[in-house]
Amino acid sequence: MSAAESTAGAEARTARLERLRLLARSPTVVAGALIVLFWTVCALVPGLVAPHDPIFDNQFETNSRPTWEHPFGTDTNGRDILSRVLAGSRNVLTIAPAATLLGTVLGTLMGLVTGYFRGLVDDVAGRAIDAVMSLPLIVTAILIVTAIGTSGTWVVVVIIGLIFSPVVSRTVRAAVLAETELDYVQAARLRGERAPYIMFAEILPNVMSPVVVEFTVRLGYAIFTVASLTFIGFGVAPPSPDWAAQINQYYTFVDPYWWMTLFPALAIASLVVAVNLVADGIREAYER
Amino acid sequence: MTRFLLKRLGLALVTLVLLSVIVFAVSSVLPGNVGRAVLGPFATQESVDALNEQLGTDRPVVTQYVDWAGRLLRGDLGTSLSKQVPAWDLLGPALVRSLKLAAIAFLICVPISILGGIVAGLRYGRPADKAITIAGLSLAAMPEFVSGIVLILVFSIWLRWLPVTAQWDEGAGFLTQVEHLVLPGLTLTLVLFGYIARITRAGMVEALDSDYARTAFLKGLPPSLVIRRHVLRNALLPTIAVVAVQIGYLVGGLVVVEVLFNYQGVGSLIYEAARQKDLPLLTAGVLVVGVTYLLVTLVADVLYALLNPRIRLAGAE
Repeated sequence: MSAAESTAGAEARTARLERLRLLARSPTVVAGALIVLFWTVCALVPGLVAPHDPIFDNQFETNSRPTWEHPFGTDTNGRDILSRVLAGSRNVLTIAPAATLLGTVLGTLMGLVTGYFRGLVDDVAGRAIDAVMSLPLIVTAILIVTAIGTSGTWVVVVIIGLIFSPVVSRTVRAAVLAETELDYVQAARLRGERAPYIMFAEILPNVMSPVVVEFTVRLGYAIFTVASLTFIGFGVAPPSPDWAAQINQYYTFVDPYWWMTLFPALAIASLVVAVNLVADGIREAYER
Repeated sequence: MTRFLLKRLGLALVTLVLLSVIVFAVSSVLPGNVGRAVLGPFATQESVDALNEQLGTDRPVVTQYVDWAGRLLRGDLGTSLSKQVPAWDLLGPALVRSLKLAAIAFLICVPISILGGIVAGLRYGRPADKAITIAGLSLAAMPEFVSGIVLILVFSIWLRWLPVTAQWDEGAGFLTQVEHLVLPGLTLTLVLFGYIARITRAGMVEALDSDYARTAFLKGLPPSLVIRRHVLRNALLPTIAVVAVQIGYLVGGLVVVEVLFNYQGVGSLIYEAARQKDLPLLTAGVLVVGVTYLLVTLVADVLYALLNPRIRLAGAE
């Protein structure tokens, strides 16, 4: 390894450390990260903080308003809503990150190819992306779920990943376009490197910032989409408690049983806000 | 200007054709066997074959697409399987209702969001700016049914100011209709606030930072006059483009809001069609949403070009 390369590596490491330090110093990012961590722990270790079993402890008084014993009240089956809310993050926290990862990987690939080759590939892909993006996410998802006739964890992951990929590819493509003008890409071309090598070994490391930013921002929208699909009954129909499914089940009884929908709604809201606080911090740290 | 218009129109047409191909591919090719997908695993083979023949889905894919697209061009959107009426008879009135809701949402949303963006831009980097930006970002990613539920709880159930559902009784007057649409409109506003405010804010920051704004300040004009005459005029231009794109969202993104508020627009029609596996109606509904979006963005682009002298006069020399 030459001296110049190791200096560049050291510089990249310093930049990474600097970004991490910036993130750790921002109170909003730390607050957001703590909330996300809390819901992740709840999803991974069910029953760690919940006072009752969310499914089987159904011996309580039904439809009870929030009391000292049941701070979030009980539902129509006599289950403790606090315990059900604490157990309700699992689906969303499985599907949303997996779908975002899939969408980011696919989108980055598409962005690299369309940005590097340009020409006809780029034009056709660009119009196709326009066409897909003229349909709202939820509508496309409903159409696909109905067409294949089934839904489930992996179906939802693939659908959301596929729909996200064009959006990610737009951002990556723009970054790749700027990079291909630079000397190092020209040099690699003149050296006779092949296109895949230039795309993945030369350009990709230099467009990682927008990719990371895009991932965190998309994660927020993935939560939005997973929750919305579950709410209208086209997502996963879980045996385990799920916030959106709880709201779907009880929103028609919101008057007078407001506590059955309010607390799951606040739980979703807390996760969405937390993810956005972190995403906003990461965007700021990378775009300096 | 003419060249710009023609080019923009051409692009919209290409996108429209691609949209029809994609929608067709998803709804007719993806299921493999459309009749089986509609009737389910327990239907007899004869009834599946009969339905495939009725729908024409037993023919080669290319023939099906050409036939389908040809009928679309003549304004025939197909026939609803569950209701046995032309899809447009259901979609037309639903579209009118959705547009009504979109209009109300638009009227609430645009002034509030632009005001928020202006305040954030003027207070750039200060706590007010931070608060508006973070609130906007979080609300934009908040599922509509979450913010909608909270609004229903506050305004319909605790304060009893507004009705819980959006659907008014037959023959209700204009004001009653508006009253029913305020809550769903407000729900949509919360989602859109972030986008519009952010673009307005960016426009404000850029315009405030410009040479002409500095000159205007330095020659002693009162700040309110500088902001009104010099800054706002330039800052609001990009906002128009974003606002228009959001109307497209308003028409298509209504599914969740219409289901939550029990409102019979295009969104709930798509939802119902999907529940009943009414693929022809679903496909038609999806197309209507896509075409509405493309039309609105086309109009917005043209409007933007007309308002922006830099584009309007380009090519005139």
